[in-house]
Amino acid sequence: MTTATPTVAVGTQETNVPRTTAGRVRKRLNSRTATLVSIVIAMVWTIPTFGLLVSSFRPEDEIKTTGWWTAFTNPQFTLENYQQVLFGRSSSSGQLAGSFINSLAITIPSVLFPMAFACLAAYALAWINFRGRDWLYIAIFALQIVPLQMALVPLLKFFSTGVTLGGVTLMPAWDLVDEQKFAQVWFAHTCFALPFAVFLLHNFISQLPGDLMEAARVDGATHPKIFRTIVLPLITPALAAFGIFQFLWVWNDLLVALIFAGGGDETAPLTVKLAEMAGTRGNEWQRLTAGAFVSIVVPLVVFLSLQRFFVRGLLAGSVKG
Amino acid sequence: MAVSTRPRQAFVIAGVLGLALSATACGTGDDKKSDKAGSAECAAYEKYQGHDGKKVSIYASIRDAEADLLERSWSQFTDCTGIEIAYEGSGEFEAQLPVRVDGGNAPDIAFVPQPGLVKRFADAGKLKSLNADTKALAEQNMPADWLKYGTVNGTLYGVPLGANVKSFVWYSPKTFKEKGWEVPTTWDQLIALSDKIAASGMKPWCAGVESGDATGWPATDWIEDVILRTQGPEVYDQWTTHAIPFNDPKIVDAVDRAGSILKNEKYVNGGFGGVKSITTTSFQEAGVPVTNGKCAMHRQASFYANQFPEGTKVAETATRSRSTSPPSTRPRASRSWALASSSSPTPTVPRFRRCRPTSPRPST
Repeated sequence: MTTATPTVAVGTQETNVPRTTAGRVRKRLNSRTATLVSIVIAMVWTIPTFGLLVSSFRPEDEIKTTGWWTAFTNPQFTLENYQQVLFGRSSSSGQLAGSFINSLAITIPSVLFPMAFACLAAYALAWINFRGRDWLYIAIFALQIVPLQMALVPLLKFFSTGVTLGGVTLMPAWDLVDEQKFAQVWFAHTCFALPFAVFLLHNFISQLPGDLMEAARVDGATHPKIFRTIVLPLITPALAAFGIFQFLWVWNDLLVALIFAGGGDETAPLTVKLAEMAGTRGNEWQRLTAGAFVSIVVPLVVFLSLQRFFVRGLLAGSVKG
Repeated sequence: MAVSTRPRQAFVIAGVLGLALSATACGTGDDKKSDKAGSAECAAYEKYQGHDGKKVSIYASIRDAEADLLERSWSQFTDCTGIEIAYEGSGEFEAQLPVRVDGGNAPDIAFVPQPGLVKRFADAGKLKSLNADTKALAEQNMPADWLKYGTVNGTLYGVPLGANVKSFVWYSPKTFKEKGWEVPTTWDQLIALSDKIAASGMKPWCAGVESGDATGWPATDWIEDVILRTQGPEVYDQWTTHAIPFNDPKIVDAVDRAGSILKNEKYVNGGFGGVKSITTTSFQEAGVPVTNGKCAMHRQASFYANQFPEGTKVAETATRSRSTSPPSTRPRASRSWALASSSSPTPTVPRFRRCRPTSPRPST
């Protein structure tokens, strides 16, 4: 690398030599070599996924006996794997088509609920003065370090037996069956997401210029009005960022869904089905290739489409701010 | 020709978990119950009539093809009684069951592959004991030794549901016939055959112990197998109950004996490479080279029949004439004899190994 850079770098550096080490590192990272290296790294990084994609179209015998790269010298392709995982008859494998819908039914509300609650809470914590506000914020902030695994059993008890305090029933058991169990999953995901969501959005909202709020106040705007017409449009990038995080987290979540939704056909999301797909002793693992691709389609679309929005929003904010 | 193949381990206890009974009546169950309720084939389920539309949940670690068979086996019960059975199989069963039970969300019935887990729930008062009828039926049909696995402190909570025979050596009769190898019946013959195969340039054994979180268990099967064969079940029991030290000379001898095959560079690892490849080969794939002639023998439990590639015919015995079977491009793998030592006593009572994950999760 050192032998390749000098000729290019000398000319530019003569007039504009970075003074600090960090500056020099930064300069180097912008060089053509660095770009090339990062492209190579990105390609190496993508190869396993690419291999998985190729594998998903290969027949079972081929997958199990030879590497995916042999597909280029000895091309044999089939849609059998996709057929099996999407419409397979076996009750505990396949039928991903149904659980795909379940995944959506779990994920979309589990993103929207915390987003809605968190931006209201974040606004209140940032711009409404009330006693104990800072303590409340610190408490919410601290909640982030509670691992969700700790809450699984208590929360499950909360749903299945309700809350009783000193013999007085404060909340009866939910007694949910089948599809109703989605509500438990939404509840759980919303709980687990809120501390981080409030923290993230609070930081963003509190950075908004106070002059805007004051001007709105002078014009007679109430808190709901300020929130709706000033804050919400300005924090869309942050909402998008949180949306991506939460969406990917919920979509990929196995643990919470497994415990609160169960593995029944009515509620099991893709991740649960994927985990059971390979069979009791994992002998049908060729299905995982196709299953994995079915499950990453939606996150990929969401990420790519929202990311653009996300970046544009950030840039717009920076120029105006 | 076969020395007794002892069914061990991998049995499943169907226990009725208390706290559950969240059987909720749902109104739409009516059409499920057919008119068969009064017919002859439904006579066996007469006692269960009158619960039309109720739902019973079953939770287990059995998935895919085996789960389909299970569901088919109780479909008649559902047809006759109208009781719906909601089955759920999960690879995280052993970890999830305690969470569900502690969370007050226990299934009505669970198939538990670990007697230790049954004891834990029983001690915590989470289990319901079997009713008198079921208990009588179980005692009538099961040897007392088997019922021990579902018994905690004298109370019977569950009945063994299935078992795997762990002492099979899988081989391809076609390869054996082509090469003129004889199926051995003693340990010495087995070693002699291994040497003969090794001398012909082929690795006689293939093995693989990779199994995600549970890596290594196929090797423990080897050792336990040898202990049972050479030392007998009494020593085995003493060993598992810590009556003799873990490194008792008898045990060390058995480990060395297993190692004389597994660690022999001439013997392993057919189809995969050297001895070291045992640890990186998954147990699911370890026996596959038997079907393509790259490996002569593979020691694994009866469930391995499912692991062979599709189209492999698995047969009861190997010496039977093959003239009736359709011609196949694939060689057949079949079990017929068990790893045996001529000097070992042959107990008549089946011995089970205690507990170990029987459905290891695929590595993530």
